[in-house]
Amino acid sequence: MQNRTESLLQQLSQRILILDGAMGTMIQRYTLTEEDFRTPALANHPKSLKGNNDLLSLSKPQIIKDIHAEYFKAGADIIETNTFSATTIAQADYDLSHLAYQINFESAKLAREVADEFTAKNPAKPRFVAGAIGPTNRTASLSPDVNDPGYRAITFDQLAEAYSEQVRGLLDGGVDIILVETIFDTLNAKAALYAIQDVYEERNIPLDPKDGGIPIMISGTITDASGRTLSGQTTEAFLISISHVPLLSVGLNCALGAKELRPYLKVLANKAPFFVSAYPNAGLPNEFGQYDQGANEMADQVRDFLKEGMLNILGGCCGTTPEHISALAHMAANFQPRKLQEEELEETLD
Amino acid sequence: MARTNYMKLSGLEPLVFTPEINFINVGERTNITGSKKFARLILNGNYDEALEVALDQVRGGAQVLDVCMDEGMLDGEFAMVKFLNLIASEPEISRIPIMIDSSKWKIIVAGLKCVQGKGIVNSISLKNGEAEFIEQAKTVKKFGAAVVVMAFDEAGQADTYERRIEICERSYRVLVDQVKFNPQDIIFDPNIFPVATGMDEHRKNALDFFNATKWIKANLPGAKVSGGVSNVSFSFRGNNPVREAMHAAFLYHAIKSGMDMGIVNPTMLEIYDDIPKELLERVEDVLFDRREDATERLLDFAETVKSADKKEIVNEAWRSDPVAKRMEHALVKGILDFIIEDTEEARLELKNPLKVIEGPLMDGMNVVGDLFGEGKMFLPQVVKSARVMKKAVAYLEPFMPLPEEGAEESSLKKILLATVKGDVHDIGKNIVGVVLACNSYQIIDLGVMVDAQKIIDEAVKNKVDIIGLSGLITPSLDEMVNVASEMERQGIKIPLLIGGATTSRIHTAVKIDPVYSGTVIHVMDASKSVPIAGEAISEETKEAYRLKYKEIYAQLRVEHEAKQSVKQLVSYEEAKANPVEIDWNSYSPVVPKKLGRTVLKDLDLNEIRKYIDWTPFFSTWMLSGKYPKIFSDPVVGAEAKKVYDEANEMLDKVISEKWLSANAVFGLYPVQRAADDAVVFDENGNQTASFHFLRQQGKKGKGVPNRSLADYLHPSKQDYLGCFAVTSGIGMESKLAEFQKAGDDYNDILFKSVADRLAEAAAEYIHELVRKEYWGYSPDENLENDSLVREEYLGIRPAPGYPACPEHSEKETISQLLDMKNEIGIELTSSYAMYPTSSVSGYFFGNPESKYFGLGKIGEDQVTSYAERKGISLRDAERLLSPNLAYQPNLTLVEPT
Repeated sequence: MQNRTESLLQQLSQRILILDGAMGTMIQRYTLTEEDFRTPALANHPKSLKGNNDLLSLSKPQIIKDIHAEYFKAGADIIETNTFSATTIAQADYDLSHLAYQINFESAKLAREVADEFTAKNPAKPRFVAGAIGPTNRTASLSPDVNDPGYRAITFDQLAEAYSEQVRGLLDGGVDIILVETIFDTLNAKAALYAIQDVYEERNIPLDPKDGGIPIMISGTITDASGRTLSGQTTEAFLISISHVPLLSVGLNCALGAKELRPYLKVLANKAPFFVSAYPNAGLPNEFGQYDQGANEMADQVRDFLKEGMLNILGGCCGTTPEHISALAHMAANFQPRKLQEEELEETLD
Repeated sequence: MARTNYMKLSGLEPLVFTPEINFINVGERTNITGSKKFARLILNGNYDEALEVALDQVRGGAQVLDVCMDEGMLDGEFAMVKFLNLIASEPEISRIPIMIDSSKWKIIVAGLKCVQGKGIVNSISLKNGEAEFIEQAKTVKKFGAAVVVMAFDEAGQADTYERRIEICERSYRVLVDQVKFNPQDIIFDPNIFPVATGMDEHRKNALDFFNATKWIKANLPGAKVSGGVSNVSFSFRGNNPVREAMHAAFLYHAIKSGMDMGIVNPTMLEIYDDIPKELLERVEDVLFDRREDATERLLDFAETVKSADKKEIVNEAWRSDPVAKRMEHALVKGILDFIIEDTEEARLELKNPLKVIEGPLMDGMNVVGDLFGEGKMFLPQVVKSARVMKKAVAYLEPFMPLPEEGAEESSLKKILLATVKGDVHDIGKNIVGVVLACNSYQIIDLGVMVDAQKIIDEAVKNKVDIIGLSGLITPSLDEMVNVASEMERQGIKIPLLIGGATTSRIHTAVKIDPVYSGTVIHVMDASKSVPIAGEAISEETKEAYRLKYKEIYAQLRVEHEAKQSVKQLVSYEEAKANPVEIDWNSYSPVVPKKLGRTVLKDLDLNEIRKYIDWTPFFSTWMLSGKYPKIFSDPVVGAEAKKVYDEANEMLDKVISEKWLSANAVFGLYPVQRAADDAVVFDENGNQTASFHFLRQQGKKGKGVPNRSLADYLHPSKQDYLGCFAVTSGIGMESKLAEFQKAGDDYNDILFKSVADRLAEAAAEYIHELVRKEYWGYSPDENLENDSLVREEYLGIRPAPGYPACPEHSEKETISQLLDMKNEIGIELTSSYAMYPTSSVSGYFFGNPESKYFGLGKIGEDQVTSYAERKGISLRDAERLLSPNLAYQPNLTLVEPT
């Protein structure tokens, strides 16, 4: 049987792969109560747990599996585990740091089961699980205190430690890919990459997917029209800062809609020696904080970058649903994936 | 995955080393080892200004910023992290990549954890073998940085063409083949060494570098070459025209050979095409080793380019350095000889006397401060440096613009120092002043016996940044509390530093800190004053620092209080019932041979000198060790010997030129013990005075007495007691005025410390006379000085204010009995300090059982008794005894003055 990494590389060389859409948006549809977030063991947990979506992998695993299945049905090739906030650091807000490993492990297992079911149904379209690693709620290169710019609420070492635990849980649960996403501070991402390298070394997993390693995807977030990450880097500086690891892909997600993302995606498409991914939001949020860009409107905007051959992996972030993913999958099927450049294109002016 | 074919670095923005870039200029003014200014700022905790140094580098065109915090006095890891974190918050600086520069691997790793961009590690090498090299390279790779590799291996630094290429090739192969390091991220530093040194083995240094660079670029694909350019002209220090030409020519050819990046000081760089033809030819002859006599020809030519008016003064090598360097040398070495002419030269050059002070003089003193901080210089040397400084400043003073014309206000932070009211001791304060002045602080020294209001007024008027209070005697502790509470009342917020022999952390915590809401910090000794002042002043740290100390002191108070409650005291009655048991049957008081008052004037200082106990002298100079063993101490021995020799030279002059005279007065009197008092009679049996003694009240183990000095007097029969006062400070003032006028702190402190030793020696001498002759209870005693120092004789001479009898006002009784002022010229201040300072007074106890002890804490019952016996109010007694009170008195100790 073909190794899943090889299979993934093969698929990527042939077509644009589709990543799933938002988890949070789907969970909202279930209008869950506080009780739904509590496992029996957490029945008396003193803190409110509502909103800790990652915890649903333990308390309501069927809901999470159903959502994964809906995205696969919509045409997704890769689904993300329900682990965006499953680090000891982010879970500390709920006093649940001790569950970080378990959440990652169980979430990965759920996703694995659903993916395997779909692959079994149609072996010609293998499905993959990406272990999602969020940015945590702290930044390693920014001070939360305007009066004390030298202060840091979190250190590199603390982040690396938390990420290591998350990576172990995800790998043990059986993910095919590690996806470091929504990077608004590159130093956080570097800590994640450091942790991944540590764990791979520890487990003798090759770093380079071409050597059969477990592929690493990186996805940054450009927060506003300045075109920079929250920590101030331009897209190219961001790319350079994370290129020391042989990544499967580099890309952008969240914060902006497809249209707004385009110029920065172009930088990656021109310069990255890796596959390029994008999973924008369903447009920009309206004045109530809701994403109201419809599936077709989003697909229209994405068509531009597909035409120019800028992408290898496409999906959706905040506000996107199986309808959006379905629209994206149908359209992407008509376009060729971006060609991986051995050397970067000649100087392009940003 | 694909390797792209350029070196790519990033800060907030990318730096892609495309062929158009040609050469990357590394800014290195933020390297603490290369920039004194930066070092000073960091050491003083002035990170704000340090950031401006970085900003200047970026604005000046630096494409990479080298940050190095390798400095002995500094927690390099902390400073690296702090500075990089601050840089991260300055987008204009952090837009360029950072070069994390350290010889300490730990600091490099700490730095890597702070940069989000892709920087450069500077440096690693095969110095400690392949295993460490691989390990470090792997770590660098894991963090995602480029790396500078020094041409250095187990056998040492590469100094030939062959060694350079051998080491670089080996390093490259290990990095690329084993570590899988991106070759684009490898930067070799093949060592730029000086040329034209006169040594044959240095002749090919530049040429070898060029050729090694060419070889690396041709044979090690992707690798880059870097270096520090100024090294090449090392042998022409002092001749900037030649150096600048050498830098320009070297860089020109190095870049042509393929050098990619480097550290170049733009102010020390001539434009290649502007180098005079003749000079260029000679420089290039040297760089390429083109002629046998290349060095001689350049040297000859160099003489002609040197500034024409150079004077031939001495053939000491340092005299040919540039003036700033000469001044630094004079400051570090404490050489006074040329400082006036050098200062004048600097003044003419800089056209502004203030710039001379803030430039070369302060720079030099900062070097002194650094060396002192690193333990490479010792206090006596530092004080000599300060003397050179003062002499230079005194010379410049007449050239200074009058205040109203001088728009430029000095940027130096100001520290006000004062010995508090009632106290005259200032050696420690002066030492602190000197040490702080070496670290770029402007010192406003108000002298001794300074009233609280004057301290506050001067602090406000001069806008000082810190107030430092000093005092030696215990009543000064209360005066410090008074100053602090006055500051609070008047709304002053200036940080307050507390220092001096009797001050302590616990006193500061318990008594001073609670009355002042600003920063209060007790400073253990002069060497601690610099970091403390730095943190207390720095805009960035001061509030955190204040809170930190408030917390420390609050904690100390809690602990102190806890200790108080556990500390067991017995009642005064119980204590009195447990006195020292003396077998009065086997000992009868010895009747002094000469009763009454004796005055001895103009003591023979040659004789007294033999009685000096030198150990405390060394501790005054912060040199720890016992005399004479201290001289063989590997660390401070040499310096101890030097200051000892100079003290003796001074003593020779003190004696031969009669700088000082020593007088003594003592009295031996019949006394009658009455409980813990001693009633004093004159020779005729008239009661003349009473001494009041105190008794230990701590709970003692079985068989251990609660001591009082009174126990050494016969409980019922008539006994005898002596008291004395000696001074060696007669004549001090005129000599001190001379030193002060000359700004000579060194001799000022040396003189005071010598005079203090003479006073103690005189007391020792008088004590011996008394034992052997005037009282005569040990007529046959024959002890050498070291036995005297060890107090092997019979009897003791405790002094009021010291542990056995800590209450200073008893000096007043001694003073009256002996008529100290009229007999030998000693006066008492309001706090019972003796003036002149080099004076000692005390009691003589002759009982062979008498021993020194410390009183410790006493209870309210004894204080009440003491107040009654002395005829003073309880409140006054509590004030006088405040350091010994085991309880918190009802009323505040501080009376408004």
